Amino acid sequence: MATELSAFITNLTLFVLAAFVGYEIITKIPTNLHTPLMSGANAISGITLLGSVVVAGSGSTTLATVLGFLAVVMATINVVGGYLVSHFMLNQFRGGGN
Amino acid sequence: MAGILAQNLPDAALQFLYLVAGVLFIQGLRDMTHPRTATRGNQISAGGMFLAVIVTALWFDILSPLVLAAALLIGGGVGVWLAVTVETTEMPQLVGLFNGFGGGASALVAGAELVDTFNGATAVTTLPVSLTATAAIAGIIGSVTFWGSLVAAGKLQGIVGGSPVSTNVGHVIKVLFLGAAVIAGLVLVIQPEMVGNSPIAPWIPSYWVLVGAASILGIFLVFPIGGADMPVVIALLNSYSGLAAATTGFVLGNTALIVAGTLVGASGLILTVIMCESMNRSLTNVLFGGLGTDDGESKDMEGIYEGQIQETSPEEVVMLLETADRAVVVPGYGMAVAQAQHAVAELIELLDEHGVDVEFGIHPVAGRMPGHMNALLAEADVPYDKMRELEEVNPTFSQTDVAIVCGANDVVNPRANEEDGSPISGMPVLNVAEANTVIVNKRSLSPGFSGIPNPLFARDNTSMLFGDAKESMQELVNDYKEATD
Repeated sequence: MATELSAFITNLTLFVLAAFVGYEIITKIPTNLHTPLMSGANAISGITLLGSVVVAGSGSTTLATVLGFLAVVMATINVVGGYLVSHFMLNQFRGGGN
Repeated sequence: MAGILAQNLPDAALQFLYLVAGVLFIQGLRDMTHPRTATRGNQISAGGMFLAVIVTALWFDILSPLVLAAALLIGGGVGVWLAVTVETTEMPQLVGLFNGFGGGASALVAGAELVDTFNGATAVTTLPVSLTATAAIAGIIGSVTFWGSLVAAGKLQGIVGGSPVSTNVGHVIKVLFLGAAVIAGLVLVIQPEMVGNSPIAPWIPSYWVLVGAASILGIFLVFPIGGADMPVVIALLNSYSGLAAATTGFVLGNTALIVAGTLVGASGLILTVIMCESMNRSLTNVLFGGLGTDDGESKDMEGIYEGQIQETSPEEVVMLLETADRAVVVPGYGMAVAQAQHAVAELIELLDEHGVDVEFGIHPVAGRMPGHMNALLAEADVPYDKMRELEEVNPTFSQTDVAIVCGANDVVNPRANEEDGSPISGMPVLNVAEANTVIVNKRSLSPGFSGIPNPLFARDNTSMLFGDAKESMQELVNDYKEATD
């Protein structure tokens, strides 16, 4: 129980620090880029794909494997689609001084 | 048994590679702070994701690589297909849809992890609270995100009705299902002895009850919210999908998920707050209130248009533009609907070539997602330094000869500056009326989302250019070309 708790606190530390870093960076992003930011951030939220990969791959029961399979499909759509859409959108921004 | 990488590397290597991925995500976001570096930032972020996924797939024992590969291929294929075929006007709903998939995946992963852990445990072992509690949270947030995003996307696509509805019954339903989801979550955490000595672990079904209740909650949360408030909803759901991923990270003890999910959570939340402030409304009001009801003063204003409306023609507008030194274009959702951004961009380029100081004045909530107008204009090759934010452009209207309002309404309504209790009272607006002449391009005099009349249309220095935004702008372009040749 003690190790579980300390692992939880370690995770919580990461969570809190990442929240501050995120706040500092994202408040600096101009309105111009809010749509690509949202779609890019959206792609990052597909990071849950890692969890899906672990669960789908190591699923010892059929139910867990099916759930994991669906999760991998959904998360991959999120990741691949999200990054591509942001990429197309960002390519359209011009006049950046180059 | 472990994957290829785990057999050859110490455990710490996985954590280290996750750290590298986290750094790439953060650097990617940092590069997003400037349009010049933003494309690179997106690629860096994608690189971080690629690294994290590959490492994970090779690290853990994959019992069925075929299943995994098939799922990755299907998901990747659908993602590419959607991203490549999407029309610019459909971008908001696509972003919403992707978002929902991320949230849904988080809920499924948490569920699968519960099933898996229980399967490995003996009947007497109780699952650790750190697992069940975080799984419950991931399940609730993930399900709300999935269904909420589907409804939001449906509204933006026009499949689901777009008008706001606020009923007490709706609020009761939301409270009931939120309560049900929370109770199911508590059952999951406390894991009480099952009545009737059931061999099935009581916490597994309760997770699915939780998912079901949260799903209905998600639908009822977004359904009553009007189309014009979708920027807020989409940004908030984006934040949720990040939080769902972060809590899933707690469930699995996966640091990459926690860091990346939290970054997204912060990003979505900041956008949400910015959107709300731009409308001078609280988040609670957007989510639960619908728009405030007008106090009846609009009734007195019904007649404000009578005899006050001046109609103009493209030829007349072109004559104005020929003598103008400075012009500002204010785009709104009408421009997006009519797909008029290319025509508008052409007009701006022409004016620019003829020495007119011309800029866009962009309201933060114009359109259907944060930065919607900017993205549309960027698609039409408008340089981003021509797009000005509200605070930048408002002081310049008094030195502006012509302000062209293209498909916008509430964001230029001067009533917002008056403390008269109207639904938009106190909302920061673009003060176009300070310009010498205002041209409003709209199809009719019908009110905007707020449902109130716009006194701007009746002002002496305002002329209405009735018609579809794309056609009207195209006519302006053609007439201007003729006049200046």
